[in-house]
Order: sequence, then structure tokens, then C-alpha cells
Amino acid sequence: MRFGVVTFPGSNCDYDALMVVRDQLHHDAEFVWHKNSDLSAVDCVILPGGFSYGDYLRTGAIARYSPVMKSVIRFANEGGLVIGICNGFQVLLESGLLPGAMLRNRKLRFVCKQVYLRCETSDSPFSNQIRVGDVLKIPIAHTDGNYYWNEDGVGDHEDNKQVIFRYCDARGSITDESNPNGSINNIAGICNKTRNVFGMMPHPERASEELLGSADGLRVFQSIVAFAKAGVAV
Amino acid sequence: MSNKKKVVCKVRLKDGVLDPQGVTIRHALEQLGFTDVVDVRSGKVFELTFREGVNGDLRAKTEEICRKVLANPVIEEFEVKEE
Repeated sequence: MRFGVVTFPGSNCDYDALMVVRDQLHHDAEFVWHKNSDLSAVDCVILPGGFSYGDYLRTGAIARYSPVMKSVIRFANEGGLVIGICNGFQVLLESGLLPGAMLRNRKLRFVCKQVYLRCETSDSPFSNQIRVGDVLKIPIAHTDGNYYWNEDGVGDHEDNKQVIFRYCDARGSITDESNPNGSINNIAGICNKTRNVFGMMPHPERASEELLGSADGLRVFQSIVAFAKAGVAV
Repeated sequence: MSNKKKVVCKVRLKDGVLDPQGVTIRHALEQLGFTDVVDVRSGKVFELTFREGVNGDLRAKTEEICRKVLANPVIEEFEVKEE
């Protein structure tokens, strides 16, 4: 399959993402510059981490209006697979492809550390190679990762099983101490209702081989590949 | 005298949405002895200057700008004032 990794001015995890899918999973991958709008050759769009447009105004708010995002929105609405990581997740929220918004971390600090995530559903193109209850070790690195949505909205997420990952402790318990940023219901990653668009604050591309401290993040990308191989429409 | 028009937009978090910056500022005020302050809500102010001879309803234009760009309606509300 072919991945397209979008590069905004200020993206800084684009190479990491490209290397995971190209060098470790041996799939085609290309960068898509933010001023381009051609996604016709791409099977899955990756919006990488970083600080697009310097995080000015709000994280992801300016990137959301870049030319490539018009195409990404169309691509997503036609059922294409889109994964947003960290800043990419923030761009997806600002663009309305995923519901909710990011607030500043509750302790206001930039937090960069390994965290644990519990898989809440295998029923998605992004988690089909992960069992419910599996605990993944994947790092976070953000200041605005405090996921917020109103009570009704969060209730809908839970009813539709849109929450894919929650922050937990090493044993998989969902506790307030294991919530690094104050996200509502410990939410670390959610998909849309049609399950083809997914955003997560932790960085799976930074946990893609043991040398990096964990290879657990690879399973997210392996899920995407397995889904594409099966040829199942979302 | 210039005929450019200035419009000021105030953007702040909606009531009920946690404002971690506001909370932290309130704690700092308390430490400094300003114990009468019981709540702080932070926000942003934008000053938009429109070109001379601009047509149409500036307030409506600015509100559209706020809805689309300056504020995130999921968490923020805004107030527009022509100067």
C-alpha cells in the first residue's frame, strides 16, 4: 500500500513516520507538501507530529486551512484512511474530521515521557492487530493534549466505541495518576463514527523498534496494513 | 485622519470549560496575597484593522472570521466590538 505523509511548516515527525512505514513495514511512502493537494496515489494519509505554523493561534488551527487539508477532508469523507499523530490529531480536531478539542495540559507543562495505553477496541483499521485490554508503551510529547468534549459528545464516543486508546498504568488500570494531561475519560486516541479517521496524542512512530525503548507503536501501523490488505471497506 | 476601521475581538473559553491557565494564575494571585480573587478566566484579544472604504457589515464579517478562525466554537466563545 502507499502512505502519504503530510509535511506542514513546523512538522517534525514526518521523517519518523515515513521511515516506519517504508523501512520497517516495507510499504511505499511519500511526503505530501502542505501546498499540494494531490492525494490520488495515496491509500492512507498520515498527519505527523510537530508544531505546524508554530502552534500560533491554537494548535492545528492554521494548518487546518492549508491547501492539502481540503484534499484530506475530501479523502476522509470518501472513506480514505487518515491517522493524525499528536499535532496531526490537533489538526483533525480543528478541521472537524474528529469531534472535540484540545485544552492546555492541566499542569500547563510540556510533558515528554513514556506512557501506557490500554486498547479499548480492536474494531478499527488502526487497532485490529491489538487485543482489547492490551497495554502499549508509547511516548507522549505535548503541551496541548488535554482532550475535551462535552458530556453528550463523550457519551456518544463511548456508545459508539470510538475511544481506541486510554491512558492507563503499567497494569492496564485507568487511573487519574496515569492520566498525563487531564484528558476527559483518560482518552488518548479516538476515531470518527465511520472509523476511517483516527487521532492519538502519543507517538507510535517513536515506539516502533526495541532500540527506541518500545516497539508497541508498530502495531498501530501493522493494523493499517492488515486492514488495507484485507480490502475491507470502512 | 485615517478612515481605517478597527474591530476588536475577545475570545475566551466557554463557561464550564476548565481553564488551566486561569486556575494557575489564580493560585499565583493567592500566593501574592490577592486573596479576594476567587476565579480567573484567561482569553485572547485580536485587533483587526479593515482597509479604508471597506463595504458591508463589519460586525458580521468579523463574526464570521471569529467563527471560522479566531475561535474554536467547541471550547471558546467570542465578543466583537467596533471601535
